[in-house]
Parts: sequence; structure tokens; C-alpha cells
Amino acid sequence: MSDLPTDLYYASSHEWARLDDDGLITVGITDHAQEALGDLVFVETPSLDSSVEAGDACAVVESVKAASDIFAPVAGVIVDANGRLTDEPELVNTDPYGDGWIMRIKPEEPDLIEELMSAEDYEHMLAAEEED
Amino acid sequence: MNARSRQTPLHARHRAAGARMVDFAGWDMPLHYGSQLREHEQVRTACGVFDVSHMGLVDVFGPGAEAFLRYLLANDVTRLSDGEALYSCMLEHSGGVLDDLIVYRLQAKRFRCVVNAACRDADLDWMLAQADGYEIQIELRDDLGLLAVQGPRAEGILAGLLESDVGDGLRGLKPFACLERGDWLLGRTGYTGEDGFEVALPAAQIAGLWQGLMDAGVAPCGLGARDSLRLEAGMHLYGQDMDRSTSPLISRLGWTVAWQPRERGFVGREALLAEREAGRTRNLHGLVLEERGMLRHGQQVTLANGRTGHITSGGFSPALQCSIALARLPEPPGDRVSVDLRGRSAPARVVRPPFVRHGRVMLGKH
Repeated sequence: MSDLPTDLYYASSHEWARLDDDGLITVGITDHAQEALGDLVFVETPSLDSSVEAGDACAVVESVKAASDIFAPVAGVIVDANGRLTDEPELVNTDPYGDGWIMRIKPEEPDLIEELMSAEDYEHMLAAEEED
Repeated sequence: MNARSRQTPLHARHRAAGARMVDFAGWDMPLHYGSQLREHEQVRTACGVFDVSHMGLVDVFGPGAEAFLRYLLANDVTRLSDGEALYSCMLEHSGGVLDDLIVYRLQAKRFRCVVNAACRDADLDWMLAQADGYEIQIELRDDLGLLAVQGPRAEGILAGLLESDVGDGLRGLKPFACLERGDWLLGRTGYTGEDGFEVALPAAQIAGLWQGLMDAGVAPCGLGARDSLRLEAGMHLYGQDMDRSTSPLISRLGWTVAWQPRERGFVGREALLAEREAGRTRNLHGLVLEERGMLRHGQQVTLANGRTGHITSGGFSPALQCSIALARLPEPPGDRVSVDLRGRSAPARVVRPPFVRHGRVMLGKH
């Protein structure tokens, strides 16, 4: 069973999002997503200062198995990207909720993060996918 | 998981070891046991073991065995002495590749073919259909399992686990030679570009050998590492790099076709001769991507002259730390090409495979 911190919000496209004390939202991919992708070999981090809508593809993670778009879970401006992933893409595998974070977004409406799924809802979604 | 999927005798052990399983040609097989890259590295530097019991072991024996295989296969088994093996394509009459296989000569009238899992049923039907008039028997050895023990430490570790006379015999084996002991067959063959052995043994004994290898620190490896290792080694994957629609001559496998002696008629010979006469217009080449990104099966490749080809196998090379591929390209391909990567055009260098052999990067110019 994959790790699902309860203080995070989750998107159906397998990103997690966390509203930080500074008002920014940190985004990464879930433990389930990294496990499904396998070893990551490239991360194409998003362009800084670009405006994104919720659901926009703004980064790419590429594993030994497949390339996968990373979608912005909320609308806003991308203000930071995890530069360590250029040389250490494996951080997404080893620490998906910590050092493997992908980008930080200054949200238009911080409260909209609550439209995303809770850990429990995401877990149910994964269980339903498993049954398919 | 598909309820009808087949399992090898080690299935429960793979699950217990935390393997991520994947469907491969109807078999539920390990993709990796945590990290494909780590498994790849283990085989290049130490030793790894692959459960490849899904492959088909097909024994061909009887007074007509050699004559039959000389007709069936594009390579010529008369090149073999007892205890030797060779690689061959099995063709259809049109010259398309039905499968690629290793054939071992166990004795003068007894051979074993190791065929791809995805082809085993079709291969068996084909072989039986060609067998008319030959005094032979063909038997699928489903009672055996197959382990590939690969890497620079494979010889020492495997020999240490076996009875001393078998271990000694193993140490003396040349590449593509094999040693038969009862129901065990140990061949110095593999699909990784490293030294190593493929061990066929009774299904009931396979768990014992597997556990011995685990206890000796050998890394269990899945199909993911198997694919990245063989790609670095420039080895072909049937169904991607060649299939029924392509001949060996346009798949960088011309070297496996034994044209001599001329009087040997084999299935596909006439078609290959006609193709050779007409001149080769395409062939497989190696590509090294010069930017970040990943070459993958099916991507379009554009030559400097505007002609196009496509990638047959692509992936990440841990040794080169970039993406590499095999691509079928119009001749001559030139030194550099561009590849369409998800809508972006990226430059790649054309090289001669293999990319890596025995742990060393071998980037020859095309």
C-alpha cells in the first residue's frame, strides 16, 4: 500500500498539493504515481513566472517506462521549481512528498485547494482503479 | 491481473520479494523488485538473476533432427559440435522473421531450441507443420524452468553453488557452450551483454537454486532491467526490432543467415536471396539522443535528406546516462538524424550497436 499523508490534497491525475504557511502551494506526484512510473530518469521542471490554470500540463516526468505530464492542481503563477531534480530525478522516487517536490504555485485563490481530494478520497479512487 | 495469466514456478517468491508484476505475453512476470536502474547496475557490476521460465524450451530429437533444423533455421546447425549453441532466426517462406532463438546441440541427434514466450505456441505449430518427412520428435519442455544468471560475478557465484564437478565444468565453458547434467542444462549465454549463464532445470528444483542465489547476494532482476540491458548490448527484441513483416537482412541480422553451403535449402532462403539481389534499402542502426528526453518505440526519425524511419526499441541507458535506441532507417542514414519526441524535434547521433559490452561503453562511429 502506498504512503498517503493526510495533511495533503490530491488530484485525480496523481499530483499532491500542500498549502504552506507562506501562502504558496507546493506540488509533487504521489507515492502511488512514482511507484507506477518506476525509476525516473528525467524531470522537465516548469517555466518560472508562467501563469497556469488548474489542469494545465506544466511539467513532465519521464521514467524508464513512460513519460507523464504533471498538471497544475490549482490556478496561479509558478514561482519556484525544484532544481535538484535536474541532476537527481530519483528524489521523486525516494521522497515523493519531501525532497522530490516539483513546483510551487502562488495560487489565485488559496481556498480552491479544498476542491481537490482528501487522502481518504484519493485512496478510494485508487482502490476503484485497482478493481478495473 | 488477468485471471487467465500464466505463472512461473517462482511466482509466489517474486510476489513475496515485492516485485511489481506485469503482464508479458500472457504471463504474470516481475517488471522490477523496487528499482530497475539498480538491477541494471547489479548485472553490469556484479550479478543478477532473471526468472525467464516463460520462455519456451523445445527439444528436437531423432535421426532426422539435424536435417530438420537445417531446413527450419536460417543459421546452420552443422556449425555446432555437441555442447555448443548458436543464435538463429526462424523464417517464414517470405523471409519474415517468425522468431529468434538459441539452439543447443546436446548430442548429434538431440537439440534444444529456446524460443520467445510470446511465440511459443505459434512456433510449436510451425515446427510441427514443417516436420513432415523428417524422422524426429518435437517436445515442449514445460517441466523445466529457466534462470538467467548474469554479470561479471555470475561464474564464481553459480559455480560455488553447484556440485564441484559441475562447478568446474561451468568455469571452463566458452561463450555459447553448454553443459548437460541429468535434467540440468547450463549454457554460457544471455541477453545482457555481460558474461553469464542460462540454466534450465526441473521446475521442482528451481526454487532451491533461486534461494541459493539470493543467499549469495545475487540481485533478483525483472523484465525492465532485462530490456535496458539488452538494448545497451544492441540485442534485438522480437516483435519490436523484427517480426513477420521484416527480414533479418533489414534488421541487422544478416550475420545470422548462413548462405553457405549453397545447396542447403532453408525456409526463407529464396526470398532472402531475392531481397539481397535487389539491394538493401533499410536497416537497423543505433541512435544516441543528444538532448534530454527519451527515445521510445514507434517514434518517427527524420534523416538530413528528409527521408524517414522509425524507432523500433528505445529507452534510457544507465551507462551513457542518456537515451538510446535501435531504429530502422533508409540507407544510408548519415551521421545525425532528428527524432520527433512528443512534438519536439531532438537531434540524435547514428552509431553502430552495441552501445555497451562487458560493462564498457563502445560507441563506435556508424
